Amino acid sequence: MKYLRKDRLPNIFCAGCGNGIALNTFFKGMESAEIDFDTLSLVSGIGCSSRIPGYVKCDSLHTTHGRAITFASGLKVGNPDLNVVVFTGDGDAASIGGNHLIHGARKNINITVICVNNNIYGMTGGQISPTSPEGSFGTTAPYGSRDKPFNLAELVAAAGASFVSRWTTAHPLQLSNSIKKALLNPGFSFVEVISQCPTYYGRKNKLRSPVDMINAFKENSVNIRKANKMSDEELAGKLIVGEFVNNPRKELTENVCDLSVEQCGRSLAIKSAYLDNFDD
Amino acid sequence: MIKIDSELCKGCDLCIESCPKHVYQKSSKENKKGVYLPFPENEEKCNKCHLCELMCPDQAITVEDEDDHGKDDNKDDHDENISDDK
Repeated sequence: MKYLRKDRLPNIFCAGCGNGIALNTFFKGMESAEIDFDTLSLVSGIGCSSRIPGYVKCDSLHTTHGRAITFASGLKVGNPDLNVVVFTGDGDAASIGGNHLIHGARKNINITVICVNNNIYGMTGGQISPTSPEGSFGTTAPYGSRDKPFNLAELVAAAGASFVSRWTTAHPLQLSNSIKKALLNPGFSFVEVISQCPTYYGRKNKLRSPVDMINAFKENSVNIRKANKMSDEELAGKLIVGEFVNNPRKELTENVCDLSVEQCGRSLAIKSAYLDNFDD
Repeated sequence: MIKIDSELCKGCDLCIESCPKHVYQKSSKENKKGVYLPFPENEEKCNKCHLCELMCPDQAITVEDEDDHGKDDNKDDHDENISDDK
């Protein structure tokens, strides 16, 4: 509560929306990772979850649709001392910003991406998103979605991110612990938060109240350690949660710094806006 | 001492569901926005795990620890837990 802009409250989210839980768990993770609040900058794109940085008393960028990771990369390379965190949704990160997501992961830039995945485009009226499960209903899929959804955590892991985890809003303590690890990890860290949208997803899919949705997450989630021993038939319709990848490797700003030292003898590329002159 | 901000609460009932000690219950009186607020009926069972603070999407719940200043407050009146202006 002390990190929030009180003049903006109560927030715009629907009753029981998972974005507030993602915000609470982020603060808990930030406190336990002992991140200085003054070095924090939040970046977001467009969508319900991208409104989160507007409620936080820190530097933030509200950018164009899908381009949050791009802006965050520029911010991080410009000043690597910042702790850059991207709040994004499934429509923002997986559909219009899908390319930026996988290339951010490939380059392994040291930012933390928290993707609040509610399986639907909530802000625009409940259309089917790239992560809507097969057979789920939305305003653009009145007979149920026939497409295979993106598995975001596995997509980002395959693209080369150094920390990937997925939790639901029904696991707030595990989630905040995961956010702590993601903030401390040097490299691209991706935390997928499976979140409830009772207004659009729940109403169309017989999970009308937030309590129903939270209970459905609790019943359907399987930890990845247990899931590895289960067959595909047993895992049908289940949510696999847990830590997918924790494999730190050399990250982008470090590489840029090394290249600069190699070619010019000193670090010119990083924080160049703070230099008085470039000649010796 | 559990405080529920009636300005922020939207009545989603996630605190009632998520509390492992079943501290909360729904109140029968609605506030000025037409929301039936939760009420800490079994407050003596609370073991200050702060899970409701984490699960509240609207940051409406504050659980104060015993050593805070609110210790000597008069707790017998139910309406004191809800900071409502009717």
